[in-house]
Amino acid sequence: MTIKGKVHKYGANIDTDAIIPARHLNTSDPLELAKYCLEGLDKDFAKKVEPGDIVVAEENFGCGSSREHAPVSLKAAGVAAVIASSFARIFYRNAINIGLPVIASPEAVLAIKGSSQVEIDLEKGLINVEGKSIKTRPFPEFVLKIIEAGGLMNLTKEMVKNSKL
Amino acid sequence: MAQTITEKIIAKHTEENQAKAGSIVSAKVDLVLANDITAPLAIKELEKAGIKTVFDPEKIALVPDHFVPNKDIKSAEQAKLLREFAAKQKITNYFEVGRMGIEHALLPEQGLVKPGDLIVGADSHTCTYGALGAFATGMGSTDIASAMALGETWLIVPQTKLFNYRGKKRDWVSGKDFILYTIGQIGVDGALYESMEFTGDAIENLSIDGRLSMCNMAIEAGAKNGIIAPDDATKDYLKGRVEGEIDIIKSDEDAKYVQTYDINVEDIELQVALPCLPSNSKGVSEIEKTKIDQVIIGSCTNGRLEDLRTAAKILKGKKVAKSSRLIVIPATQNIYKQALDEGLIDIFLESEAAVSTPTCGPCLGGYMGVLAEGEKALATTNRNFKGRMGHLNSEVYLSGPAVAAASAIAGYITSPEDID
Ligand code: SF4
Repeated sequence: MTIKGKVHKYGANIDTDAIIPARHLNTSDPLELAKYCLEGLDKDFAKKVEPGDIVVAEENFGCGSSREHAPVSLKAAGVAAVIASSFARIFYRNAINIGLPVIASPEAVLAIKGSSQVEIDLEKGLINVEGKSIKTRPFPEFVLKIIEAGGLMNLTKEMVKNSKL
Repeated sequence: MAQTITEKIIAKHTEENQAKAGSIVSAKVDLVLANDITAPLAIKELEKAGIKTVFDPEKIALVPDHFVPNKDIKSAEQAKLLREFAAKQKITNYFEVGRMGIEHALLPEQGLVKPGDLIVGADSHTCTYGALGAFATGMGSTDIASAMALGETWLIVPQTKLFNYRGKKRDWVSGKDFILYTIGQIGVDGALYESMEFTGDAIENLSIDGRLSMCNMAIEAGAKNGIIAPDDATKDYLKGRVEGEIDIIKSDEDAKYVQTYDINVEDIELQVALPCLPSNSKGVSEIEKTKIDQVIIGSCTNGRLEDLRTAAKILKGKKVAKSSRLIVIPATQNIYKQALDEGLIDIFLESEAAVSTPTCGPCLGGYMGVLAEGEKALATTNRNFKGRMGHLNSEVYLSGPAVAAASAIAGYITSPEDID
């Protein structure tokens, strides 16, 4: 799977209140959540983001609450992947579980400029940017299993079925 | 091989009875938690996957606390979804308004947390329960839906950082000050993916309420869990709440830690974290005179009885500054009732504070004290991210209950020592 898109670059410690403020958590409708995506950081983000765009940030992206609404709102807003120097752990799990690719690569974050076009090859773990090809750590096996199953719930469904045999 | 308490608890919940830092395991869970924000998503996921029953209706806790009593029609719909799911699945630990409290204060109080348990919750502050010697960690709704269906979850066994607190703490200093100080030292990603284990004589001498505040904020350093080995104080707390033998698990003496911090608590002054990160903590004496529009005493960090007692001691016979407002929110119905019996609520009302029924409310900018543009709040909560409590251009300072109560009287951030 290849993802190609333009970049929205931000700093470190982008918390879940910045990604989707709690006042909008009285719904779990993805399209509703998409309207307020990154509102706490960049008021115009929801207007300027286009399907396939890539969000890039520095350390500890997604820190704070466990709200899955955060990756859901990014995905529903059209964001195809997030590249960050590092991720907060709950956000990382949540993103994988709902099928939003998240790639931790400090090297790529350094290389990517606000105006860059980025290409990500998920299978090979490659990020192509500014004429460079950056190798990232491939997903651990269990994560691949979740992705292969099409998300954690599909895997769970299989497991529930198998346990009933 | 020598193991940490976290490794031991996780190992106990795996089929292979093994868990080494860095390895990926599938672990059985003792309790799965969700609230009125995160459960609706989990319930939808279960429905979408066609999963009709949960693994064990007695091992799921559903607590409507964030926007409950319902703040608006949308949150009423979410609470209703939760209520109907609980009834249909015959969930025994569903806590309706009037019996509920903020989840992380409520579950320990209700005896749903035991040392050695493995607990997952769709709320990042699930790590609170480590204070009773359990392994507890927050996850998202899909993870929780899966755990509700299977009774197990996958985990990467974390490595551990050990924090050794020694010495005698200063007057008014609480567990909140210990943890704000520590996060100030290591930063908001200082323990990312790791376990924070708190130990030392200063922890042994710390109340259970204080320990709960500390483990509550482990996530604010990015940690997977916070944990304190159970001791006599833990056993006393569990008496009357939990039946049967208590499993006392501790780290082996030669367990491996990635890092050990030695902290002399005599160095820890009352702390205040400046906007917009919990790691911006400083001693209260170093804070410039900062006018405060609103003070909140409550939340899963500091809405417990000890916190209310501390606040009442300072507020007794005093009034909240005319330029400020104080909102006190006991974290559970039982805490509320006990505060009433002890006369604490009277003291708050006499001091012209507003007292609310248990709810997360203002902690996440939901309701019951949302901030306007430019306003500053001092709160005993755990997060001061930009816009956390209301308008994007409002600010939150964090502290323990002593500084919060003193500041409500003064109208600016100050220490109880400065209130006569
Ligand atoms: S009190 Fe605040 S931090 Fe605690 S569970 Fe509620 S919203 Fe979360």
